[in-house]
Amino acid sequence: MADEKIFLLGDEAVAQGALDGGMSGCYAYPGTPSTEIMEYVQASKEAADRNVQREWSANEKTAMEAALGMSYAGKRAMVCMKHVGLNVAADPFMNAAITGVNGGLLVVVADDPSMHSSQNEQDSRFYGKFARIPVLEPSGQQEAYDMARNGLAMSEKFGVPVMLRLVTRLAHSRTAVKRSSVVKENGLQLPSDLHQFILLPSMARKRNKLLLSGQAAFAEAAEKSPDNKLVISPGADRGIIACGLAYNYVMEVLGGNAGGNNLLKISQYPAPVEKIRKILDHSETVYLFEEGYPMLEEQLRGLPPEHIHIRGRMDGTLPADGELNPNLVAQVLGKPYPKGMTIPSIVTGRPPSFCPGCSHIDVYKALKVALAGYGHGRVFSDIGCYTLGALPPYDTINSCVDMGASITMAVGAADAGLIPAVAVIGDSTFTHSGMTGLLDAVDKNSNILVIISDNSATAMTGGQKPAGLDKIEQICIGLGVKPGHVRTLIPLRKNHEDNVKVMEEELSHEGVSVIVARRECVRVTAKRKRLEKQSK
Amino acid sequence: MKKDIILSGVGGQGILSIAAVIGLAAVKEDLFIKQSEVHGMSQQGGEVYSHLRLSSNPIWSDLIPEGIADMILAVEPLEALRYVNYLNPEGWLITSTEPLINIPDYPGPLSITSAITGIQNHILVDAVKTARDAGTTKAANMVMLGAASPFLDIREDSLINAIQKRFTGKGEAIVEINTEAFRAGRNIAIQKK
Repeated sequence: MADEKIFLLGDEAVAQGALDGGMSGCYAYPGTPSTEIMEYVQASKEAADRNVQREWSANEKTAMEAALGMSYAGKRAMVCMKHVGLNVAADPFMNAAITGVNGGLLVVVADDPSMHSSQNEQDSRFYGKFARIPVLEPSGQQEAYDMARNGLAMSEKFGVPVMLRLVTRLAHSRTAVKRSSVVKENGLQLPSDLHQFILLPSMARKRNKLLLSGQAAFAEAAEKSPDNKLVISPGADRGIIACGLAYNYVMEVLGGNAGGNNLLKISQYPAPVEKIRKILDHSETVYLFEEGYPMLEEQLRGLPPEHIHIRGRMDGTLPADGELNPNLVAQVLGKPYPKGMTIPSIVTGRPPSFCPGCSHIDVYKALKVALAGYGHGRVFSDIGCYTLGALPPYDTINSCVDMGASITMAVGAADAGLIPAVAVIGDSTFTHSGMTGLLDAVDKNSNILVIISDNSATAMTGGQKPAGLDKIEQICIGLGVKPGHVRTLIPLRKNHEDNVKVMEEELSHEGVSVIVARRECVRVTAKRKRLEKQSK
Repeated sequence: MKKDIILSGVGGQGILSIAAVIGLAAVKEDLFIKQSEVHGMSQQGGEVYSHLRLSSNPIWSDLIPEGIADMILAVEPLEALRYVNYLNPEGWLITSTEPLINIPDYPGPLSITSAITGIQNHILVDAVKTARDAGTTKAANMVMLGAASPFLDIREDSLINAIQKRFTGKGEAIVEINTEAFRAGRNIAIQKK
C-alpha cells in the first residue's frame, strides 16, 4: 500500500491515516464537518478485514469514553467530533489528560469557523491548551494524513491523548494524498499500573503532576517539529506567523515561498516559543493568521518589546470573526487580487429547506394548528433538520441552542409559568442528550409536551443510523413517562386531522406527555431503495 | 496550465458528480487538483458550490481567491450569478438556463438572462432539454460538464473515460446516456465558443 496516491477529503485523509497508524477503534457521533471521518472508516475494506470497531456512538461523550476504554486496554483508538461535540465530551476529554493513555488516543475535532453548519465558531485549540496536551493542526490533507497516522504513536510516546484540529475548508476539500506503510495494531495489554485510570483525588494529584512534568517534552517536540517551519529571510522586516490551514493561504498569496518575509508555519502546539522569539527578533511588524480565535495573538501581545508591532484579529487588521480566505490574507499583505465583478442585486438568498415529502413538515403543520389557541413563543426546539421550522412558512419554533436543550428549556420555561411548554426534538438528538432531560421532567412532573419527530435517522449529517432506532417509546416509558401519555403517530398529510387531535389532547394534559411522530427520512428511504435496486 | 473553476447549483443537482468526473480525469493527466465541497445543512435544497482547482504546479489554497476564477460552471442560472465576484474579467460563465424555483422571491427570467448576457464570455445551455434528448433529465449535469469541456485543457477522452468510470456501477445504459449528454453539451459549447 505504501507510496500509493489517493484522492481524499481532509476528513478521509485523517481516517486513512489513523487506519494506517494502527487504529483498532474509531468512535464518533455525526456532526458537520467531521462526519466523513467515520463514514470513510465504515466504508473501508481494510477496516472491515481488520475488524476495526466503527459503530456510531450515542453522543460524543460516550464516544470519548469508549475510545479511552480501548486505550486502557492497550489498543489505539480515535474519537471524532465537531467542535461543539467537544463541549459534550469535555468531561472525559479533560480527565483523559490526567489519566493519560495506554494505547494511543487521538482526539479529532473539526471546527467550523464562519458557522457554515454550526451554532458557534469556538476554537478547539483552547481545549487542547486547557487540557495541557499536544495539539496538531494540519495545513493540508497530506499533513492531516501524516498527523493522524503519527499522532497515535505520539500519544503513546507522551502517554497523553493528542488532539488533531481540523477546520471546515480542510475537512471538506479533496486532493491527492500519499499513503505510508501500515503500522500493526497493538495487542490487548493492560496498563502497567492498574491504578493509572483511578482518579481518586490522591491518585489524580500524582497523575496531574505527571502531566505537568511532561509539558517540557511536549514543548520541545513542537520546537523541533518539521511541521513548525521557520524561514528567516535576510533583510526582511516583516514577519508572518500562519497557523494550520492559514499557511496555505499565505503561500498562495506569496506565490509558493516566503517572498522575502520572515515566515513561521505553526502546525503543532504547545506553540514553539523559541521559533516565535526568533521571528520577533528579526521583524519589526508581525502578522498573525489564525483560523478561528486569535489564540496565539493573545499570547504574543504580552511578549514582545514595544518596537515590534503585532497585527492580527485583535487590532482590526483582520476581522475578529469568520474564517480566513486568500483575499483577506492578500489584502493584509499588500498584494490584493484584482477585484471581481459585483454580484447583481437580483441575486437573492436560497436558504436550505425541508426536502419535499419530509415528515417534519407534517409535524409542524399539525403543531401550528394544535397550538393556535395557546399563543406564540412556547416551542423549544433542538439541533437537526427540524430546526428549519424556524423559517417561513412554518415559523413555529423559538429556540435552538444545543443538543437536548429543547426538553430542559421547556422544563425551565414551564417552571416559570409558561404552560404548556412544548419541546420538538429529533430521535437521534433525543438519544444523544434528551433522555436525561426527560427524566428531570418526569421527576418533577413538568407540564410539558415533548414531540419526538422521529425520522429514524441522524438525517442532517446524511442519514446515519441513530442510536435509539425503534426504541423511542420504550425509552420514554422506561424513564417514567406514563404509558398512556406516550403517543405514537404517523406524520402524513392524510393523518393531519387525527394528528392535530392527538397534539391537542396532550397539550391539555397536565404533566409530561410525549408524542413520537415517526416516519422515515425521505432521503434515507430513497437511498435504501437505490441500494436495493443496485444489488438486484 | 492552471484552471480555477467555481461549480454551483442547488443541493441535489449533481455538482459533486461534475467535480468528481473532472477530478478523475485530472488525476489521470497527472495534474495537481484541489476540490472543496459544501456538506451539511446547506445541502437541503439550498445553494451549493465547489471550488475546483487544477494546475500543472502544486496548489496551495483550497479556496479560489475572488477575482481570479477562469470559469463558473453552473447547473442553475441564479446560482451562476451568485459567484460572479470570483470570476476574472476574461473568465467564462457557463450555465444551464433551467431555473429551479424553490424560493418565493426568485427573480424574473428576463432579469437573470440580461445579467448573464452582460458578462463578456458566457454560454447558455438548455441542459435539461439536451439531457432529456440524451435519455434522462438527470444527466443535465453531464451536459454542463460537456459544455465546459472545451475550456478545461483536459483531453476529451480522459473526461469520457472518467464518466464511464464514475457511472459504471449503475449499468451500461446509464453510462451511455451520460456520455451522450456530455457529447451533446460539448457540441453546443463548441458552436457557441
